[in-house]
Amino acid sequence: MTLKSKRKHNMFFTYLVIVLIGIILLYPIVWMFFATFKTNDEIFNSIKLLPKSFSFQNFIDGWNGSGKVTYATYFINTFLLVLPTVIFTIVSSCLVAYGFARFKFPGKNILFALLISTLMLPNAIIIVPRYTMFSKLGWINNYMPFYAPAILACYPFFVYMLIQFLRGIPRDLDESAYIDGCGTFRTLVSILLPLMKPALFSAALFQFLWTYNDYFNSLIFINSGSRYTISLALRLSLDSESVVNWGKLMAISFISVTPLFILFFAAQKYFVEGIATSGLKG
Amino acid sequence: MKAKTKVRTSAYRKRDYQAFLYLLPWLLGFSLLQLYPFVSSLYYSFTDYQITSEPVWAGLKNYISLFTTDTEFTNSLKVTITYTLYTVPGKLIMALAVAVFLNRNIKGINLIRTLYYIPSLFGGSVATAILWKLLFLDNGVINALLSALHLPNIQFWGNPKTALPTICALEIWQFGSSMVMFLAALKNVPADLYEAAAIDGAKPVQQFFKITIPQITPIIFFNLINQTITALQNFTSAFVITNGGPLKSTYVLGMKLYKEGFSYFKMGYASAISWVMFVIIMVVTLLLFRSSSMWVHYADE
Repeated sequence: MTLKSKRKHNMFFTYLVIVLIGIILLYPIVWMFFATFKTNDEIFNSIKLLPKSFSFQNFIDGWNGSGKVTYATYFINTFLLVLPTVIFTIVSSCLVAYGFARFKFPGKNILFALLISTLMLPNAIIIVPRYTMFSKLGWINNYMPFYAPAILACYPFFVYMLIQFLRGIPRDLDESAYIDGCGTFRTLVSILLPLMKPALFSAALFQFLWTYNDYFNSLIFINSGSRYTISLALRLSLDSESVVNWGKLMAISFISVTPLFILFFAAQKYFVEGIATSGLKG
Repeated sequence: MKAKTKVRTSAYRKRDYQAFLYLLPWLLGFSLLQLYPFVSSLYYSFTDYQITSEPVWAGLKNYISLFTTDTEFTNSLKVTITYTLYTVPGKLIMALAVAVFLNRNIKGINLIRTLYYIPSLFGGSVATAILWKLLFLDNGVINALLSALHLPNIQFWGNPKTALPTICALEIWQFGSSMVMFLAALKNVPADLYEAAAIDGAKPVQQFFKITIPQITPIIFFNLINQTITALQNFTSAFVITNGGPLKSTYVLGMKLYKEGFSYFKMGYASAISWVMFVIIMVVTLLLFRSSSMWVHYADE
């Protein structure tokens, strides 16, 4: 075997492995997509990937839900919960990161150490007191338990990520802005914010993803059906019928992950760069 | 440089007090939504506290019953530790192996990276949990595939021995995000290290263990801690897919905490469970940090 043909041989092997791993990873999702067109009978009794016919009945039935509330409501609820949470998180994290990255003040090291230590504070440990506190405030069944931590910068991951990003922006810019008569807030808004766009965008994407997928907190803080998010509604659909109509369930599950798909492919650069550079967990 | 020294005058530095205006949201958030709940849950864990009444001091009672009479809890502890021991190494080894494999001149690497990331995108969503449940049903597609290959069928969800590993598989399936991190770290390993090693006659396997691994230990370390904290708190997959069964074989600590705290509203007892969880996380993290000087290699040291 010549060196060149050996190389070709190697390349072929490499791509074969890549494709095999790819199939294992993506087959469930492709299968899910085609299952949305299938009946229970087809899902269980046929190994074929493609459905017999492409009927949208599962989507229509699934969307209409079991009772008075349709998935339109659950989608609107989810976005009412997620979008403000994302915006609040970005604004508050940005302000706090600026405070840490650009000022010298007494106690800074201690406060920064506290911020870092909250990176490892598990949600499970604070959920019980948060629940009692929020229920005293009458916040159960509305989205304040999600907004409040976002408004008050309780997402140390993003604060830390933005601090790191700000440290990479030369301070000379701040100083020139100061000479030109900018106050600290204007320096942040007109000089630094435009430069922080990629980091802010990554943070927003991940906060969207995590809040959208979150189930534990929604389960605890929301218990009336009309305020349900998609996660809660899906779980309810799984349990509510004695014989599960899987095709229907796959159809709404698929619709529920579609926004994530769209977002991911529209902004994959920010996702992948965000993980690669800042060590965000996915 | 001149402008710099000129600007760093007292007038410029005098604005430093404004830092607290920017920190204000976090100062409030930290004290009200993180520190206060943290301290209260420790206090609650030593009380009898039903949500409707005030907490009553009970000393170590909650902890004593957790470890002596509550077999459901000791079982949960075992299940959670098993889950963590399967998923964290499983996910990291997969991520590392695939990242090392992809770390060469491959056309279309960006597309591959993107596609491999997709399972992580849905992560712990309920939709994915439902999909997983359906795939591994007794008459589901995985068993159909096994039949087609003339392999015996497996009762994935019905058998206490297989239910937990099947849930772990869902977690390991999402190794893409760790893989992306490892790939980025591998790209940063200086190429001259390999060249020098090759000149010295080091074999690829030696290069992998003597150069690659030591160079990316910081990111492995970071992942290890993060994944462990997440795994110990797992809830959604076990709750949605098996609801803890069969025979409590997937009844993780997160579920136990949920049941005690938010079904029975035994807030004191639930807090004690969360503190046991926290102590485990702290011990694991401390052990990892302690051992890190032995195996984590920082470039600037």
